[in-house]
Order: sequence, then C-alpha cells, then structure tokens
Amino acid sequence: MNRFDYVRADSVDAAIRAAAGDPAARYIAGGTNLVDLMKYGVERPSLLVDITQLPLRGIEETSDGGLRLGALAGNSEVAFDARVRERYPLLSSAILAGASQQLRNAATTGGNLLQRTRCYYFYDVATPCNKREPGSGCSAIGGRTRIHAILGASDACIATHPSDMCVALAALDATVRVAGRDGERAIPFGEFHRLPGDAPERDNNLEQGEIILSVDLPPDRFGPHHTYIKLRDRLSYAFALVSVAAALRLENGAIAEARLALGGVAHRPWRKPDVEASLTGEKPGRAAFERAAAELLAGARGQGDNDFKIDLARRAIIRALGQAAAGKPQSQSHKRLEP
Amino acid sequence: MPQTQHVGAERDRVDGPAKVTGHARYAAEFPVDGLLYGVIVTSSIARGRITAIDLDAALAVPGVVQIFTHRRRPESDWYKHDFSDDVAPPGQPFRALYDDVVHFSGQPIALVVAEEFGIARHAATLVKATYQAATPETDLQTVAHYTPPKARNGIAPPPARRGKAGDAPLRVEGEFRTPFEYQNPMELFAATAVWDGDDKLTVYDKTQGVQNGQNQLAKIFGLKPDHVRVVSHYVGGAFGAGLRPQYSLFLSAMAARALERPVRVVLTRDQMWSIGGRPATIQHVRLGAGPDGKLQSIEHDAVGSTSRYEDQQENIVNWSGLLYPAATTSLGYKLGKLDLVTPNDMRAPGAASGVFALECAMDELASEAGIDPVELRLRNYADRDPAEDKPFTSKELRAAYRLGAEKFGWGERNPAPRSMRDGHELVGWGMATGVWEALYVPHTARATLTADGKATIACAASDIGTGTYTILTQIAADALGLPMEDVTVCLGDSKLPTAPVEGGSWTAASAGTAVHIACSELIGKLLEQARRLNDSPLGAAGRDDVVLAAGRLQLRGDPAKFVTLGDALRAGGLDHIDAEGSAKPDQSVAEKFTANTHSAVFAEVKVDAELGVVRVTRLVIAVAAGKILNPKTARSQLLGGAVFGLGMALHEESMLDHRFGRFMNRNLGEYHIPAHADIHAIDIVFVPEQEDHLNPLGVKGVGEIGVVGTAAAIANAVHHATGVRVRELPITIDKLLPGL
Ligand SMILES: Cc1cc2nc3c(=O)[nH]c(=O)nc-3n(C[C@H](O)[C@H](O)[C@H](O)COP(=O)(O)OP(=O)(O)OC[C@H]3O[C@@H](n4cnc5c(N)ncnc54)[C@H](O)[C@@H]3O)c2cc1C
Ligand code: SF4
Repeated sequence: MNRFDYVRADSVDAAIRAAAGDPAARYIAGGTNLVDLMKYGVERPSLLVDITQLPLRGIEETSDGGLRLGALAGNSEVAFDARVRERYPLLSSAILAGASQQLRNAATTGGNLLQRTRCYYFYDVATPCNKREPGSGCSAIGGRTRIHAILGASDACIATHPSDMCVALAALDATVRVAGRDGERAIPFGEFHRLPGDAPERDNNLEQGEIILSVDLPPDRFGPHHTYIKLRDRLSYAFALVSVAAALRLENGAIAEARLALGGVAHRPWRKPDVEASLTGEKPGRAAFERAAAELLAGARGQGDNDFKIDLARRAIIRALGQAAAGKPQSQSHKRLEP
Repeated sequence: MPQTQHVGAERDRVDGPAKVTGHARYAAEFPVDGLLYGVIVTSSIARGRITAIDLDAALAVPGVVQIFTHRRRPESDWYKHDFSDDVAPPGQPFRALYDDVVHFSGQPIALVVAEEFGIARHAATLVKATYQAATPETDLQTVAHYTPPKARNGIAPPPARRGKAGDAPLRVEGEFRTPFEYQNPMELFAATAVWDGDDKLTVYDKTQGVQNGQNQLAKIFGLKPDHVRVVSHYVGGAFGAGLRPQYSLFLSAMAARALERPVRVVLTRDQMWSIGGRPATIQHVRLGAGPDGKLQSIEHDAVGSTSRYEDQQENIVNWSGLLYPAATTSLGYKLGKLDLVTPNDMRAPGAASGVFALECAMDELASEAGIDPVELRLRNYADRDPAEDKPFTSKELRAAYRLGAEKFGWGERNPAPRSMRDGHELVGWGMATGVWEALYVPHTARATLTADGKATIACAASDIGTGTYTILTQIAADALGLPMEDVTVCLGDSKLPTAPVEGGSWTAASAGTAVHIACSELIGKLLEQARRLNDSPLGAAGRDDVVLAAGRLQLRGDPAKFVTLGDALRAGGLDHIDAEGSAKPDQSVAEKFTANTHSAVFAEVKVDAELGVVRVTRLVIAVAAGKILNPKTARSQLLGGAVFGLGMALHEESMLDHRFGRFMNRNLGEYHIPAHADIHAIDIVFVPEQEDHLNPLGVKGVGEIGVVGTAAAIANAVHHATGVRVRELPITIDKLLPGL
C-alpha cells in the first residue's frame, strides 16, 4: 500500500476542487474496489477524496416520471428500493446477481460504474498490462482468458467490464450525470464506457476530476417483460462469464420495443441498437431470438480459454428473450435457471 | 471403554465459545512486547537468478528496521543445517533467502522488517529486484516423467504388476486430469518468534505439528530441542498445508534472532499460493471385464507434479489395486518436475485424485456392461485386500452401499443417460466408492487429576479445527468418571507429551487411545495410593476391578466399596496425581491386516439442458469408519469433506500461465470454492462398523474420507444427466456445452 493524503469533502464543489489538477487523486466511495486495487499496488493514488458525506445518497423521482439514483446510493439500497423493485425490477435483479450481500451493502452506484476490470494480469503488477501501464503490453492475449472479451476487444486490451448493474443500466437507457470544473453534463449510458481501442487505460469517458452525481432512469416501459441471466463459475459470488439483460415491450402479441445487453463479454455492456430494432414487429419466438443472438454476436472472437463464451452467450440470449417474452424473469435467489 | 457416557454421543465443541467470542488466540494474535513486523517480498519470475535487489527506497522509509535478502542475512552455519522435517519428501528442502536462485514464482526473496505492519507492507512494495530469467517449465504434459528414485517415507510405491494384459470382452479406457488445487484455509500462515537470549526460542506458529516445527528450528539454529518451544493452540484450518513447517516459521526466527527483538511474519492471501497445494495429475485408467462386469484387469498410471528440488509423492494409484480384485493389476506412478513450489499433502492426498479417475472409469464400465453402478461394485467387492492378500481389520463397505443407496433412493434410477428430467433440467444420479487409510500411529498423552476432582489432559497434538479438543475431553471424562466441564485439554504446545503432526486422519484414533491409556494408568496409580489406607475397602482390588466415578474410586461390582479421591491422594501425601499413556501400534496387526475407512457416495445433479449450469442438489455419503466418537463433530468433518469434494468436482483450479510459470487467480474472488448457493442437501450416514483390531477404541478417523469419491460421484451424475463424460476437473460450463 502506498502513502497517500486523505480529505473528506463536505460539498460537491469542494470535492471537485480537491481532486482538480491532480491526475493521481481518486474519489473514494464504498472502497470495495479501490482499496483492493491499492493493496495490490495497482492504484497508487496521491490523494483520496472521501465523498461519502456528500448529499448524493438519495433516490428521487424525476420530473419526466423516471428515477434518479444518487451516486452514493448503496447497491443494496437501490436493489431493495420499493420504486426500483416496482418499476425497474431488471435493475434490482442485476444488482442482486452481483457480488455478495456484504459487498452490495458497502458498494455505491457511482463506484459500481467505475469499478475496474477483473483481468488477472491487470491485478498482478508483476506482469505487463496496457491498462495499468500504457505501452507495456497485454499479458492476457495468449494467456489465461476465461474472463476476457469476445467482442469489441483490441490488440491492446481484451478486458471486460465486470459490472452486473451496468448491464441493466445500459438496457434501460440510463443517463449518467457528472460534474467537473466546467460544470455539469449528462452522458447517455451507451456513451459512458469505452471500448479499449489503443487507449485501454481509459475505461470510460469521464474527464479527469469529474465526479458522478447520479444515474437517471427514464420512465419504465417494460412491465414484467424483462430478465437478467448471469452465468458464472459457481452459483453465487462470482463475476459473470456471460450475462444478459433483456427487456421487451409487447403490443398485440408482437415486439414493439426490445432491449438487449450483454455483460462479461466486452469492455463495456454490449448493445446494438440495430439488433434491437430488427426485433421490432417480430413475433416473440425462437426463430427471432436466434437471429437476434447471431446478430448481436456478429464478429465475436474467442481468445482460447474463452472461446466457449460465444456459444454460451448465444444460448443465454435466446433464454433471456424467452423469459422476457413470457414475463417470467429469472429469480436471483433461486439459482435454478428459469426455462 | 469401561463406562460410556460421552464417547459416542453428540457433544458440542468445547472450544466453540472461545472461538466465536474471539478469545481463542491464533498465531498472529499473541501480544508481544517490542514486536517488529516482517513482510515478505516475492519473486515475479519462476526460474532464474536474482541479479540485484534495489533496497534504497525501502530502507529510506522511516520505521523500517532491516531488510533481509540472500545477500543481507546473518552469515552463519544455519543454512548448512538440515531444513528437512518429519514429513519432508526426498530432496533438498527450500531454504528461504538462501541464494540467488529462483525456484518458483512467488518465492520469498526479501523480508522487510519494520516497527509497524503498514510500514513494512509499504516498504515491501518499494523493493525492486532484477533477474536473469530462464524459461520456466510448468506444463505437466510436456516435461519428462520419471519414477522417483527414492520413495517418500510412508508412501508405498505401486506394487509390481500382476498378471498380463488379456483380451477382456469389455474394455474402458480414459485419460483423466486433475488441476492444481490450493487449500486456502481462512487463517493465513503466520509466525511470531520471541528469543530469550540467543539459545532459547518461542514461536507462536500456525501449524499442524508443533514438534515438527520445534525439531526443524532446533536443527537449523543448533539449539537443544527443549530450548525451542512452538505454540499453536488454535489453527484456523490447514487441510495439510500446515504439515510441513512453512518458511514464515524460519524467517520470523531468523529475523528475530538477528534483530534481537520479537518478529511476526504473516503471509498474504496471494502468498498462500507459494506454499504448495494439491499437485496436478494426468492419469490413464484401463479396465477390462467379463460380460458379467467382473474385472479381469485394472491398469492405472498416474503422473503427478512436483518441484525441481523435491520429489513430493502421494499414493494416487494404489487404491486401484486395493478396492477391486482383478487377475491383472498394473499400477504406475511417475513424477514431472515443474518450476513450481513443492506441492503438499492436501486433504486426502493422492486418494482424492486417484479414486476420482478409478471411480469414473468404473462408472464407464457400468454403462458399457449395462450393469447398475452399485451392482458392479458389489460384483467386484474385495472381501480381502487384493493387493496384499490380507483380511481387513473391518470393512462395512457393503453395508455402506446398501444404506447409502436406501437413503438416496437409488432404486428409482433409470440407468439411461438423459432419461431423467425435472422440467428443463436434466437430472443425473451418480455414485462412487471412497476409501482412505485407517491410520494409527505412536502418540503420547498425559493425564493429571487434582484433589478438587479436576482433570487436565495434555499432548502436543494440534486441533486443526477438527474437534480434537472435544473428543479428547469426552474420552477423558468417561475414563475418569467426570463431567466434561471438569476436564481441560491442553494441545498445540511442543513442550507437551510427544505427538506426530495432525494429519492422515490419525489423531482421533492415536491421541484418543493415548488419552484413554493415560487415564487408565492414572487410575492404577490412584489405586496404589488408595490401597495404602488402613482397612482400605479396595485393599484386594486390582486395576481392572475399579472405576473412578464422581470423585470416588470404587469397586466395579460393588460401588459401596470406595475410597474418595481426596483420601487416596492424602494417603500418599499428594495434591495431584498424573500418568502418561502411549498409543503403540501393534506391528503384527499391520502385518496381518489392512485397515481402511470406506464410503459410498451418492450424488444428484440437475443440469440446465441448454446452458450447462450444474447444481448438486443432493449428496448422500455413507461412511464406515469404525467407532464414531462424537457424531456431531464427525458429521461436521464429513460435511466439510463433502464440500471439499464438491469444490474439487465443479470449481477449484489454480490457473497457470505457463509463459510466466505463475498462477493467475491468486485470490478467493477468482479461485472458486463452493459458495453457500452451491451447497444443497448433504446427508451423512454413519454405517455401524465394529473395529476390533486397530486400536482399543475401535476408531478409524473421518477427516479425509468425505473428500474421496465425492468428485467422482458428481462427475458420474453429470454424465448420467447429460451423457457427457468430463474427465478433466473441474467440470465447468465450457466442458459441458459442446455435448448439450
Ligand atoms: C470479491 C468481489 C466480488 C464482486 N463481485 C461482483 C459481481 O459479481 N458483480 C458486480 O457487478 N460487481 C462485483 N463486485 C464489484 C463491486 O460491485 C464494486 O466493487 C463496487 O460496486 C464498487 O463500488 P464502491 O462504492 O465500493 O467503489 P469504490 O471502490 O469506492 O470506487 C471505485 C472507483 O470509482 C470511483 N468513484 C466512486 N464513486 C465515484 C463518484 N461518485 N464519482 C466519480 N468517481 C467515483 C473511485 O475513485 C474508484 O476509482 C465485486 C467486488 C468484490 C470485491
Ligand atoms: S486485457 Fe487489458 S487489462 Fe488485461 S492485461 Fe491486457 S491490457 Fe491489461
């Protein structure tokens, strides 16, 4: 663990000022990811700006009928919030599919978005890693890639974003509200996380020193037609090999609107609007789901260990769309997968 | 046993309250004045030489007291001394900070000692080593395989081949693989070393053998053994990782000696991968049988991994010659040297891996022959040890098959794979046999009884969480006619009566017998005192005529004739009385008999027909292990073993990157063991088994048997559910998907 300074911010402005101009400053919320990374020597912040006292904890209605999740709202608080369960059960489900109860109690909304990849090499400072040390090389390529990307990877990095919650937020078209020295801005969820390209050190499009204020959800449109399926190496407390968030709006027995996002397969939750559009007007059924799976996975490429994830993702997409269509979402407490 | 009140009955753990209230002290928790903290720096390469270690930045950190490396350590003869220990395999044991040679990734290359733990930990990150790296070899498949030139003590090499390969009508053949597994007990390895002058040393260590550590330290530092004390009252799990002294023990003592202050060294979770675990294996099994399923030939060849510097050996294949008779039996065992740390004896070493392969092959034979898997095993039942042609001391495996099958409902099984369903899930029922040695080894204990009627039992054994404190309390309470509250058991201190390491599931039988004998001797001594009284009511009584009950030494047939404990002690002018007892295995028993524990394991899995997600919904393990001293603690051991076996079947794997010679998932987030959600119903059935030969208590031990056969039963159930044979553990989704 490195030596670092610590300040507790008492206002958003103070937090932004404290972190401004120091690329090695970090905000700390629940600390469930950042502290681990500091212990491993992966993150070596010069300054920790504790934001846990900021008034960003609330979950509030928005004027358009949506819901605003404060950046400091705990993962458990969000998952068990009555409005979230009622109107965004997909989000509740995805959160509950992640980590453990203890971690979810400590983890925050903002921190969940910004948690870093679980790539083994990223964590091991004895091995080269472009994300940790730009230009040093990617050890995962040609190495152990069970938890690595099959979509959107680059020659510089094949890491995945490990969050479950973010897969649901992507499917729900959330918006991330952030603030920096130049004021506030809103980032559509689909533009928040990045693909690695040739700058894998950047996980997302936050500018240095920007702070997340909230994640805003648009009004619910899917009723019971949603699901979150997570496939992993044990039945609980493991990151996704593949996960799928699916939501459908049905009209007269046909799909009027579809949302489909994958987790565990790319550097960001994987969505393709054209695939969702092509489901519109279709009758829900295996043929349509298989086609959507094929289209969403077009161009998928395995790295060896993780080749199986292409087929697994295909099967999981079909299952998820089936559950969503039937209005029988996956339970996260019963580990038996619903048909 | 003369009287039985507690032995054989369910009793709570006597150490339970101390553990759950935090009063139980572990190795890293002993308060010591003037303590320094040592943090280990490990090598990033797996093979080569250290060319330089830059310590400038680390030494400049205020609070850093000293940094030890192979070039900065006391110049003494210590390193020339023998680093071996009671359970060391043949070879040159690893010596931390000995020279510039790197033997494995994660090898300790420096010890940073500071006034505070945080300072040491920070400074350790500033130590920068440079290396001349060589290409590591860590792929068991590609390295040379050889027969170990020297057998490891206690590990019999495979017996010579019997019979010659014939053309059996039914043949099955398969290659099986098991990965590197790591015990990862909750408690990290830790040692706190305190010197008294330069010739007396006390270390609070995490270990399964305090006297093993004591002897190693005495040899290395040239001390009288009774000037070295190793204490380990409580162990937060070890599963074989604590049988050999770990380098934390030596490093803490070395640093404390050099700095003339107490030093504590605690490993990190990451460093727990640098102390060895279960070796990887590649196995070939070929079975030949007649149309009736009767085995004609068993061929089982295994290659296990070891390090370059030691020939770690375990018994992987001999079980195949023991479990079933066959005219032709050919067993082979080789090693492959890898640039990794020497493996250790992880719970049920050898059997866990070898019986997995054999029992999966038996299942394949059952399918091939169209015979029910239980029936196949009954047709091949060994009433005598086929390898040595000896009777068993006891063997109720047949009853285990029957009781296990009944409890499980095995009779309802449709033998065809993929024939049973629960909605969209495929249901599979599989079974396997488990076997482990029933070991009984020399062991001593002391019993002390004071005038207030309280007893103390002492021996150097460790309780590694298995319940040793509890069962020894039960045995002593019964033997001395006391309530359990009046018996205190002292363990885990090298100055106590001699005990071997706690391993091999031998402690209940061996320590238990020693305690039983010590108590009996004590009563004999008490009787001598009682007979000195004038007109003693026990004047003519012999040792076997009396029992101790409620503070009275009384005639067995006539409780009205008694002498109180107080009177007996007073007669001899004593305030207490004590006696030692020794468990001494009778060599002729070992010559005449074979002694094993057995189990029949039944597993139900449900597999999502499309997505390959496996749930082990039921496990039934019927165990024949002689007398069960305490069904509650025994059941816990077996449940733990079952969970261990389930993890082996579905989850556990230390993933190597051969390019770096490094395990990549070195944390409990990525090294998967079962979570609560993975565990459903587990039923333990104790099969009555009368054991008359092995030891006076008739005990066999249950610490390891729960693991053996469990992975095979689950693999067989997965096959029954899906029609897919997975011969390489763990059984993960990727291995099932192509067959679904
Ligand atoms: C063993 C383990 C298993 C896990 N399993 C899962 C799983 O299965 N699924 C899953 O989705 N997650 C899982 N997690 C990850 C967990 O969800 C994250 O660690 C958690 O969400 C991070 O939130 P936090 O508040 O603790 O973030 P912190 O650790 O405090 O911060 C993480 C990062 O976010 C930044 N940050 C935090 N808040 C803000 C803000 N408001 N504005 C700007 N920057 C900010 C910090 O600077 C830091 O870089 C697991 C974690 C562990 C340790
Ligand atoms: S995949 Fe990305 S995070 Fe992993 S080693 Fe390569 S560059 Fe680093």
